[in-house]
Amino acid sequence: MLDFALWKRATVWGLVLLGLLFAAPNVFYSRVEGHNDALKAIETQGATPELIASRDGWPGWLPSGLVNLGLDLRGGAHLLAEVQVEDVFADRMDALWPDVRDALRAVRDQVGPIRRIEGTPGLLQVRLSEPEGMAAALEAVRALARPIVSLTGVGASDIEVSGEGAVLTVQLSEPEKQATIDRTLRQSLEIVRRRIDEVGTREPTIQRQGEDRILIEVPGIGSADELKALIGTTARLTFNPVVSRTTNPNEAPGASNVLLPSMDEKGTYYIIEKTPVVSGEDLTDAQPAFDQNGAPSVTFRFNPSGARKFGQYTAENVGSPFAIVLDDEVISAPVIREAIPSGSGQITGNFSVEESTNLAVLLRAGALPAELTFLEERTIGPQLGADSIEAGKIASAAAFLLVLGFMWASYGLFGLFANVALIVNIGLIFGLLSLIGATLTLPGIAGIVLTIGMAVDANVLVFERIREELKTAKGPARAIELGYQRALSAILDANITTFLTAVILFVMGSGPVRGFAVTLAIGIVTSVFAAIYVTRLMIVMWMERRRPKTIVL
Amino acid sequence: MRLKLVPSDTNWDFFKFSHVSLGASALAMVVSIVLVFTMGLNFGIDFKGGTTIRTESSQPVDVGAYRQAISALDLGDVSITEVFDPSFGPEKNVAQIRIQAQGDTESVTPETIAALEEALTGIDPSITFPSVESVGPKVSGELVQSAAIAVSLSILAMLVYIWLRFEWQFGLGAVVALIHDVTLTMGIFAGLQLRFDLAIIAALLTIVGYSVNDTVVVFDRVRENLRKFKKMDLKDVLNLSINETLSRTTMTSFTTILALIALIVLGGDVIRGFVFAMTWGIIVGTYSSIFVASNILLMLGVKRDWSKDGDGGAGTQFAKAEG
Repeated sequence: MLDFALWKRATVWGLVLLGLLFAAPNVFYSRVEGHNDALKAIETQGATPELIASRDGWPGWLPSGLVNLGLDLRGGAHLLAEVQVEDVFADRMDALWPDVRDALRAVRDQVGPIRRIEGTPGLLQVRLSEPEGMAAALEAVRALARPIVSLTGVGASDIEVSGEGAVLTVQLSEPEKQATIDRTLRQSLEIVRRRIDEVGTREPTIQRQGEDRILIEVPGIGSADELKALIGTTARLTFNPVVSRTTNPNEAPGASNVLLPSMDEKGTYYIIEKTPVVSGEDLTDAQPAFDQNGAPSVTFRFNPSGARKFGQYTAENVGSPFAIVLDDEVISAPVIREAIPSGSGQITGNFSVEESTNLAVLLRAGALPAELTFLEERTIGPQLGADSIEAGKIASAAAFLLVLGFMWASYGLFGLFANVALIVNIGLIFGLLSLIGATLTLPGIAGIVLTIGMAVDANVLVFERIREELKTAKGPARAIELGYQRALSAILDANITTFLTAVILFVMGSGPVRGFAVTLAIGIVTSVFAAIYVTRLMIVMWMERRRPKTIVL
Repeated sequence: MRLKLVPSDTNWDFFKFSHVSLGASALAMVVSIVLVFTMGLNFGIDFKGGTTIRTESSQPVDVGAYRQAISALDLGDVSITEVFDPSFGPEKNVAQIRIQAQGDTESVTPETIAALEEALTGIDPSITFPSVESVGPKVSGELVQSAAIAVSLSILAMLVYIWLRFEWQFGLGAVVALIHDVTLTMGIFAGLQLRFDLAIIAALLTIVGYSVNDTVVVFDRVRENLRKFKKMDLKDVLNLSINETLSRTTMTSFTTILALIALIVLGGDVIRGFVFAMTWGIIVGTYSSIFVASNILLMLGVKRDWSKDGDGGAGTQFAKAEG
């Protein structure tokens, strides 16, 4: 007969209650959000009466997890950035050049004079005057290789040296490239995170995507441009010796020098030495300030090693200018008046207050190890998101009423049972979404509405089956039992196939599509639970109380 | 009195006009493929790269003036469409502007956006820009690839799953039906030149899931009836199974479409394309699970003796585990 063990009943009702409990905060969205924000604020800034009031707007013992709203519902900016790791490879090769040069000079008697061939970034190519000396040259350069310490590249060395004709080629080895990409990405992620945290927006998503990409989503920010200005700057600060100053942009800078434009004076260029004296990595602090003339500036402080290098250099070069270079532009090139041993200084330029504040943030957070290019960007205004939520709510309500009415008209009392299960089902979806901290997107709302339509399917399968069994079975209880038993395989097969597509969607999709896949998958699980257990339990309880001789379905 | 979409004890012959229905399906598929190749799909920026900007203004949208203002910027291919929705009212005039991708890899420069917004503000001071989305050609190329993989993978997954749970003939029947559904959906998107973007791929995959869902319910009954009526002609078994499940098929399709219609009418214009694809797919999917999948099954023939199969291997019922 229709036995339903007590522990099973308790479990079903318990799960339903638990699900609804977790879903409940979403009904009071803004209040719970205020409560959560206030909790965080009190932790970091201490309590104020307003914060305490908003904290107490929602009881602390109730669950306070909310469904995250996706960018398309909340508004904000989304960026997909690619880290230009090739730049890092090129930098590494440039840094290696002096060592290679010295190594080859040591075997000069065999290789003759040497010359670097510029051109292919990421490759260090050297032409030997005497190709016969290639073997010696290879040996000399290979001696520079260092073993890599990484999980995958044990025993490998960091560079690959090869020779063809008179040209010797040095490049990073494959495992070293992998390790470099990894390191560069981790650093970039960390720095992007720090920069965004400095401005203090809520719940940004910053994650690595694929090999060399970073996905950044910041809710509530005005536009993707603002976000790009913040994270798109490399902010590489260096202090370089100045060789000369010129107005000719095509002047040849000479070996190991580079020609850079001035930031403020149009048409002025500086020729500076490529190798910096000190770089931004040696900074410990940077703060916006005002100089003695009241113009916005940035004060900075070096760490001990930076301070020592800077002090030594300034002591040796009193009277000559040095350049403060930010991202390949010379901010200013003051003349050293006296040695600066304290390790702190001030950068002045034609800054606005906003620019100096931003520069200080960027310098504090550190330079990006490589440039970022933006492959994808989306800005959604908050009003559009709010409109979408509003439309989604109305559509869901309408869909709900239509389906509820239709089920009742089709199946009567059993339809009402199915309707209760449907309501429970929606509650469970929101409960689960809140519990796992999933993100609800606009397609996700469509997924929920679709679930409203499809969730009744399992019930329909069962009810139709019961109808059929009623014709032959002995008594309603037996028909119901058979109905559930025989519809089960169809229910499971049908839902497993849909679930599979949801999984594929989740794996292959991104952003809003993923949100849709999550709601679809959760909807499938909860609707099967609701149909098999919740509706069944209601029917069983009704049968026990009424003990009907016949049922009409 | 209960509401019934179809009479309770139908005994319709679904194969009487099978050559007509199969012919119509084949024709529709051919037309769809021709449409996709001749008219092409109206790919959104997700797949083609480029930038879309949504504008909103209290003044009526003047597409000509917009076009004139933008063409001065020399941005290449620009398309401007006015967007309508019952919820907008006279004070809300919305347009969607799309410009082609500007570079090789990157999305769009802030200068381009700024220049465009300035040009439009020049002709209509009340204009606002609720959303700006830009995808670089590099990413869009990859998105096309992963979308194609996702759809193929899901079809393959269905084939394998049904093959494992039933027999290969069932798997093939279901997969032909869902290729039919996906093709027809792409065909109507090409024919009506509706925008085809990532969300539509999500809709296609949902259609795949739904179509198989529908087909599996029929097949499940076919398997059961094959066990029950060992001597009955396959055609009659199929007919009986479709008739028995017809009421469920129509009920579920109807409730799903009810929900989707609510979403089309009230859900706003942003997801209308997505919902339209889904609605169309469900109509087509319901049709194909009855007329396409079963016909294929009839043509292929199936193993008749299920009793020796025992409890292991293909055809095991989950129901047995549940008791």
